[in-house]
Amino acid sequence: MPAQIIETNTTPFKRVDVDPITLDIVENALRNARNEMDAVLFRTAMSPGIREQHDAFPLIANEEGKMVVGQFGSFLYGFMQGYEGTIEDGDVFITNDPYSCNGAVSHLNDWLLMMPIFEGGKLVSWAAMFGHMTDVGGKVPGSLPTDAKMIYEEGIIIPPTKIYRGGALQDELLNILLSNTRMPEWNKSDFFAIIAALRLAERRVRENIERFGTDTYISAMQDMLDRNKAAMGAIIQMIIPEAVDGKKAYFEDWIDDDGMGNGPYKIACHLHREGDVAYFDFTGSDPQSFSSINFLLNEEMFKMFFGAFTINLFDPQILFNDGFYDLVDVHIPEGCILKPKKPAALSCRTHMLGRIFDLMGGLLGQGAPDALNAAGFSDSPHFMYSGFDRDGEWYQLFQIGFGGIPGRPAGDGPDGHSLWPAFTNVPNEFLEAYFPLRIRTYATIPDSGGAGLHRGGNGITIAYEMLEAGEVSIHDDRWLTYPWGVNGGEPGMRSTKRLVRRDGSEENIPSKCDRIAVEPGDILHFNTWGGGGWGDPLKRDAALVLRDVKRGLVTEEGAKRYGVVISKGKLDEKATEKRRKEMARTRGETALFDRGFTSIDALKKRTLKETGFAPPRAPVFRNQYIKAAE
Amino acid sequence: MSVSDDLIRKYEERLAAFEDRLRRIEGGAPLAAPGGASRQIGRAGTGLRLGVDVGGTFTDLLLLDERNGRTFTAKVPSTPEDSSKGVLNGIEKICQSAGIDPTDITEVMHGTTVATNTVLTSSGALVGLVTTKGYKDVLQIARSYVPGGLGGWVIWNKTDPLAPLEYTIEADERIDAQGNVLVPLDEKALRRDLEKLLKSGIEALTVALFNGYANDAHEARIAQIAQEIAPGIPVSTSASVMPEMYEYERTETTVVNSYVRPVVSKYVRNLQEELQRRMGAGTMLQILRSDGGLSSAQAAMDQPVNLLMSGPAGGVAGALWIAKQAQFENLLTFDMGGTSTDVALIEGGTARTRRETRVGDVTVRAPSIDVRTVGAGGGSIAYTPELTKALRVGPQSAGATPGPAAYKKGGEEPTVTDANVVLGYLPSDAKLGGDMEISRDLAAKAVGKVADMLGLSVEDAAEGIIRIVNENMVGALRLVSVEQGYDPRDFALIGFGGAGPLHANALARLVNAWPAIIPPGPGVLCAYGDATTRLRNEASQTYVTPVADTSDAQMQKMLSDLAAQAARTLTAEGVPESEQETLYQVDIRYKGQGMKLTVDMAPEAFSLAEVTRRFDSEHEQLFTFALDAEHEIVGLRAVVQGAEKSFINPESAQGDADASHAQVQKTRIFEGGAWREGHIYDRGKLKPGNRVPGPAVITEMDSTSVILPGHVGVIDAIGNILIWPEDHAEARS
Repeated sequence: MPAQIIETNTTPFKRVDVDPITLDIVENALRNARNEMDAVLFRTAMSPGIREQHDAFPLIANEEGKMVVGQFGSFLYGFMQGYEGTIEDGDVFITNDPYSCNGAVSHLNDWLLMMPIFEGGKLVSWAAMFGHMTDVGGKVPGSLPTDAKMIYEEGIIIPPTKIYRGGALQDELLNILLSNTRMPEWNKSDFFAIIAALRLAERRVRENIERFGTDTYISAMQDMLDRNKAAMGAIIQMIIPEAVDGKKAYFEDWIDDDGMGNGPYKIACHLHREGDVAYFDFTGSDPQSFSSINFLLNEEMFKMFFGAFTINLFDPQILFNDGFYDLVDVHIPEGCILKPKKPAALSCRTHMLGRIFDLMGGLLGQGAPDALNAAGFSDSPHFMYSGFDRDGEWYQLFQIGFGGIPGRPAGDGPDGHSLWPAFTNVPNEFLEAYFPLRIRTYATIPDSGGAGLHRGGNGITIAYEMLEAGEVSIHDDRWLTYPWGVNGGEPGMRSTKRLVRRDGSEENIPSKCDRIAVEPGDILHFNTWGGGGWGDPLKRDAALVLRDVKRGLVTEEGAKRYGVVISKGKLDEKATEKRRKEMARTRGETALFDRGFTSIDALKKRTLKETGFAPPRAPVFRNQYIKAAE
Repeated sequence: MSVSDDLIRKYEERLAAFEDRLRRIEGGAPLAAPGGASRQIGRAGTGLRLGVDVGGTFTDLLLLDERNGRTFTAKVPSTPEDSSKGVLNGIEKICQSAGIDPTDITEVMHGTTVATNTVLTSSGALVGLVTTKGYKDVLQIARSYVPGGLGGWVIWNKTDPLAPLEYTIEADERIDAQGNVLVPLDEKALRRDLEKLLKSGIEALTVALFNGYANDAHEARIAQIAQEIAPGIPVSTSASVMPEMYEYERTETTVVNSYVRPVVSKYVRNLQEELQRRMGAGTMLQILRSDGGLSSAQAAMDQPVNLLMSGPAGGVAGALWIAKQAQFENLLTFDMGGTSTDVALIEGGTARTRRETRVGDVTVRAPSIDVRTVGAGGGSIAYTPELTKALRVGPQSAGATPGPAAYKKGGEEPTVTDANVVLGYLPSDAKLGGDMEISRDLAAKAVGKVADMLGLSVEDAAEGIIRIVNENMVGALRLVSVEQGYDPRDFALIGFGGAGPLHANALARLVNAWPAIIPPGPGVLCAYGDATTRLRNEASQTYVTPVADTSDAQMQKMLSDLAAQAARTLTAEGVPESEQETLYQVDIRYKGQGMKLTVDMAPEAFSLAEVTRRFDSEHEQLFTFALDAEHEIVGLRAVVQGAEKSFINPESAQGDADASHAQVQKTRIFEGGAWREGHIYDRGKLKPGNRVPGPAVITEMDSTSVILPGHVGVIDAIGNILIWPEDHAEARS
């Protein structure tokens, strides 16, 4: 039964004609409101994750719950269908349970707050925002246990609940939530920061209604949704071909392991168009994992990813929204790793969430190779460090790492940047001032970006020196499979981690691990991966390669991948010409994709030698999920 | 005679008229300075101050005679190859009309865009950079931020750092967050690398070490070594430019300082020498800083990163000063030019400042008046993307060439100016003798392009363009007002710059900020600001401490020490202690927050309890909530200012309400979907007390003002046009 909306005014809205200028003005006003929401949040939140790294996402939706401005929209409609209770003026809802909001948030750390906005006795809009809380309880600090087998190990679960009722904070409820986290002060401040951002959106919506009138405002939002639909309709026609002879575009990619020695896990997708509608079919993806790398992917969310990813290319000023969803059909089989069944663990879904973008790029690029990007920094690797310092105070850090943006048609990939919008790194001086850490090195890794006409961006190496005894957890990926290159570009370098103990002993640390004990003086070298290269590296201007060498972004040895011979800082033009000819002759035709391996089996055979780790075992799935995922 | 000569001649004629009017207003009566004593300048001066604003086309000057309050203005062509030439030309001219000798001028106040332009045109120095070992990529990685939404990385290309990586070296040294030396500086290795770097052709050097804000010993030593190797090289150290945490921001700020330094130094030194040659060795040149304060010539040459907003700061200062004469203390300023628009907020007679400055792609941590710039101006081009059929305005601009279609210089794309012409806001009638010939036909043809795409009439499309561009500016006004917790309805809006007076009425209506003020001579406003700026100095220190761990007495002690330190410089610059005004500022936050708020307090009212109370209430005002969390002091500052001057005497004689004597001809403007009949007025003929009913267009030497239907423009005692809705209580008085 859908939620019951309590309105004191039952007059229905009237759809009115909105002139194109007013429409653009409402669009601008909502865009400004959304930017203001971000500004308020970042200024008042306390956790470095939200405050410095901006791991939080706002939206404003129309009265039906369709997002008209924002980035991770699309869940309100589902919430309104599924919530068994009333929606009233003055309510604010909170949830972090992926299973009860159909994946609107995808792990328990994300607290989602939703506020209905009433005006004149009617529901006129929604404001919503979710932010990543540093800790929500569970078995490990940071609440992201790699080896969790059920969601109950990952922290407190909050089903959709009224945290404000008639405008009044349910503070006893909030106390229960905060009492279940290791960082209650941060959570509390972040919570109120999100509320402040929602209240601001509410004010802006009311101002708009005062300015334009309710019917015009409501109709303008509908027009904005329609406008996106028309635009996306044209884009879908342009970039997605119909299946010729039943042949659909197909792409697959992998998550390397599950932190418990199994992997890699495949995600696969077929794409084609029939008439106006694009069909994405994830049949063929692996079944759900026993560990927490599952990603509950909301179909609507995927549509939003797809739309946001493509529309940027055509009208970057457009206010992206939910209007085009009828034009996309997404099929994700139940029980597969993208649609796991409760109570599967979900906390470490970040790798799969990022990898979806590589998959989508590879899929769409087949219809338009000129617009194809190489594989990028499709992840948000985590570094977590916590413990009690020598004064007995609890410290806990959650940090996201950055890597190489891939080579793209637009140019070289930036070094050490973020795939996600709005994310920023935490200044190392801040870390040293507030955490028992010393950051010895913070630099790009030469040659880690794949060679190409447009070079892939380099990954980053961070050397963390621990100043207190404590525990470190790491969640990363692409240590086994490579970030692939395209159109002749080469793959980027994989990720590695190395722990150098104070006594000089060294060990490689796996990509995913929890609770590694560290002592003062131990240094962890956290090396992220580079972006894939785009286009033929032999065609890159040798002067640009020389410049990269001078800048320390490519080594003289690495320049050889471009067929460029540099010796003692000088370009050898003759030798370069010769080498390039020879390389072109021996390699033959370049392929559309260069994954750096021919098959998973072949890759596994060389894994130990190349990485120092035994290859992961092929995953074994529960029978019922194998069936379900077929 | 070239076009520009003709232009200048017209300007001069109008300037003469303007100066006449000012003189009438001023009445020549001597003015008592505040406190009853006229200000004594330390140097043997006569009390003549000169404000100079160098723009791209014109150099504006304003001379203030502190003895009797009289002012003189002059406008001469700018001389981009050597700006000092234009300045000296202007000085000759202004002295002639004032009947004084250049040597009588003791102080020259100057707002300059030379630092800004150096950044915008990428014409700064080749900068070498020394970082701590392990940090050479600090600018390459920056904050890892990619602009745009999901997939924004697909189209974004990062600009190269201003200190290229190939000219960056690492020093083997390390300091911790508390300022302790962990690894002493390896001088031998550094000297070797530095010798090589200094020979590589770099023109300026930045030393920015990790945790350098906590201890600057290594930075200072490296600067010393650099000077030994290459005595002429300008060296900027991060601890002296921005002694604050955050390695990327501090490095970037210091590199930008180095980047603009050679150009700015040369400019300032040259100007100072020329001024002293012509006006005597005692002449003191002062440069307006981004934060609205004044900087000595030497300080400007050492830390030019503080001048990035010098130009806009002059406009804000001018607006502030003009409006104060008209008794408005709360203002939104709106400075609209050809390609961009600057807005700022003034509260209680003080411009709001912030701790960072943005120019183009560059963001630095240097205090500036909180001026927000939107890439929308008279030249912004309107278009409709094929896919969405939405009407977009800017950020592309037609620039000076080809310019708007109406200017007949080959422009074909529809611009904001063209829309203004189509609507009759910018009259195209040649008889009015505007600066340029304006063609309504060409404007209409250009606007017709988007009109066809939208299926609208040319007039409706033009009005749409104006409404969209106004909305963009409302966005900027919101950033400085509502986002900071201010309600625009509590403010008046002052419009200046080439296009500000055209849009001020419409904008005031959108944000409900009344009246819309059009100052006299919007074009010389920056020079006014330069000349009337109060001398100001501040001293600050970082002091990160929980409130519970400090006391009133300790804070008082530290703040009064800072005040004494700031006052010394001001006293040395000739401001007697009796005229100095001191303000304490405390940066404070909830422990754990990244942001901080600044609480201002008079010294006599200072107490920690009051500071935290004010912080809680401002936090609540800004963000709708306060916390019961612990308060943490972040920094302390004492600001000392010289006394304020008033230079224009309000005229006592009122004209009557009837403004018909100033009418030039009938006209019509398009507004709200229909043509409305009204008049064009000559601003030079309007008198205080006159009331101009909308719709009306008021023309003057350097701008055109529009009064919309339903509004009335009232001329106040000093010649401002105050635009009110006709049913507003103030409009009837």
